[in-house]
Amino acid sequence: MRSRVIGALRGLVGSTGAVAVALLLGAVIIVLSGDDPRDAYRALFDGAFGDRRSVAESLVLATPLIFGGLAFAIAARAGLFNIGIEGQFFLGSLAAGLVGAIDLGLPLVAHLPLALLAGIAAGAIWGWLPGALKARTGASEVITTIMLNYIAFQISSFVLRQDATLAVNPDFSTTDPVEATAELPLLLDRTRLHAGILMAVVAAMILWYLLFRTTFGYRIRTVGLSRGASAYAGIPWGRTIALAMLVSGLLGGLGGAVNTLGLAGRHYSQPAGYGFTAIAVGLVGRNHPLGIVLAGLLFGALNAGSTRMQAQAGTSRELVLILQGLVILSVAAFAAVGRIRRDTRPTANIRPGADRAATVGTEPAIEPRPGTPAL
Amino acid sequence: MTAPLLFTAMGGLLSERSGIINIALEGLMLLGAFGAAVGTHYTGNSLSGLAIGVAAAAAGAVVHAVWCISLRGDQVVAGTAINILAGGITAFLLPTLFGSAGRSPSVEQLPRITSSLSILVPVAFALVPLTWYLLFRTRPGLRIMAAGEYPRAAESVGIAVTRYRYACVVGSGVLAGLGGASLSIGDLSFFTVQMTQGRGFIALAAVIFGNWSPFGTLAAALLFGAAQAIQIQSQALGLPISQDILVALPYLLTLLAIAGLLRNSLPPAGLGRHAAD
Repeated sequence: MRSRVIGALRGLVGSTGAVAVALLLGAVIIVLSGDDPRDAYRALFDGAFGDRRSVAESLVLATPLIFGGLAFAIAARAGLFNIGIEGQFFLGSLAAGLVGAIDLGLPLVAHLPLALLAGIAAGAIWGWLPGALKARTGASEVITTIMLNYIAFQISSFVLRQDATLAVNPDFSTTDPVEATAELPLLLDRTRLHAGILMAVVAAMILWYLLFRTTFGYRIRTVGLSRGASAYAGIPWGRTIALAMLVSGLLGGLGGAVNTLGLAGRHYSQPAGYGFTAIAVGLVGRNHPLGIVLAGLLFGALNAGSTRMQAQAGTSRELVLILQGLVILSVAAFAAVGRIRRDTRPTANIRPGADRAATVGTEPAIEPRPGTPAL
Repeated sequence: MTAPLLFTAMGGLLSERSGIINIALEGLMLLGAFGAAVGTHYTGNSLSGLAIGVAAAAAGAVVHAVWCISLRGDQVVAGTAINILAGGITAFLLPTLFGSAGRSPSVEQLPRITSSLSILVPVAFALVPLTWYLLFRTRPGLRIMAAGEYPRAAESVGIAVTRYRYACVVGSGVLAGLGGASLSIGDLSFFTVQMTQGRGFIALAAVIFGNWSPFGTLAAALLFGAAQAIQIQSQALGLPISQDILVALPYLLTLLAIAGLLRNSLPPAGLGRHAAD
């Protein structure tokens, strides 16, 4: 118990430090580009927290990132690196957009769940596929998920051309607008804040329970920490990672569906890039549901504030992308410093890799040679 | 169409053969394309611009190498960070330097052989046998592959795994930089935000589809380049095949190849592993 508290504190210090380092380097970049970092960051902060409306906007933009971060985390806990959240999110958005745009004559209580389910199913299939491929053939999920991202983009492009049979815009760039019966309800007047943020928090709570209080979660974590030890304990590696990837894709797909039904109002042909920010959210949140909610709020706030930063201080809002990249690199550097300290301690051998999954997420578990049968 | 892909794929091959996963290719290519266009704009000379683009991509590769090799960080995490960072830096600098958000001013193109081919195209094709010769017929090449297959064993017989891996990753940056430059100042004459559009990932796919061999990678790059070219003209030609399927083809083939459904896929055994593991 005590060691867990210390571990959590160390994680918090590491993540906060990494964010601080990134903001500091960001300030240097602002100075180099000829602006005043104090003005820029003040505008950024105001844009994120200044009034009721900006707080609501931060929460709105945090919602897809929390879903994506949770999706990254469950795969990472099983020892897999899911770069495919972008594609899972995108197909979830497409499926929910298609179902949501049809007037089925159903009330909200039936149409909305149906549209959400469509998104969940699409994401779950797109997550399960690379998991099952890895389980069956050893194919690296890093490569297969990158490929599946681009295949997802093309599926969307193909579907958006079928204006004769499906509810899509004749210019092939979007689905038809979502019907009122499939829209997520708004929470606050005169803001864009919708019920998605509550769903994201509930999803985080469920994922925490799943990971830390169920046999399935125990299996996922064991497989992620050591494939050899899990095989010795009789845990089926292949089935566990395929299921973990299914849940990961499901969360990504739900994120896409929520974004389309709550915020965007339709599926757009251009991917929004939430899937890649989700990786940063997962890493900064240490693959822990609570950490991910906090990290998602942080990145949501950065995105929300960047618009005002560009308008008021003249600093390009793309700075936020740079900050994201720097945060990931700093988290990795902090983890490396911790690892080097541990390795040079004389007792290091007693607890090899004790908190691996919690520090970087996916330390390379021993990769099987392709063609090697699953254990 | 194939030259940007081929340069970047040869870079990916070099890095992966030394045991370092390089999904940063996309970002490195973007840095190369950006550096080349901006460098040409400020020096007024496309060859100096080319050098600046290559240097920018190599600098990005140094970051990847430090994180992967010296800090022993996760290679996929580092690559992801560099891709995000490269997208951010180029999109941030473009309006800061030129005031316009989407596109750089037009710049001079690289010297040309014919109206549609820049001098980089034959260089890209010449690189393939050169890479093959380096890897399979020279001492450093065999050492690189030893580092990629079994870093610990390589280290135990006195091969400086760290040094070879650094050289290969930085080399992959130089090549991805050439790939990016042949896109922005070879095929075109300007830089646009996110102009690589996943070409770095297609290059990585070509390495995998080519089973980590130089000539296999060349064949894959030609196939993928042709799919792109046909896709652009498919509507004009009135082909009965959907252009979306053509665009998806390289990814689909690579997916099948890595899953061993087309043939046995054999990546370097030490890919992603550290010498100290």
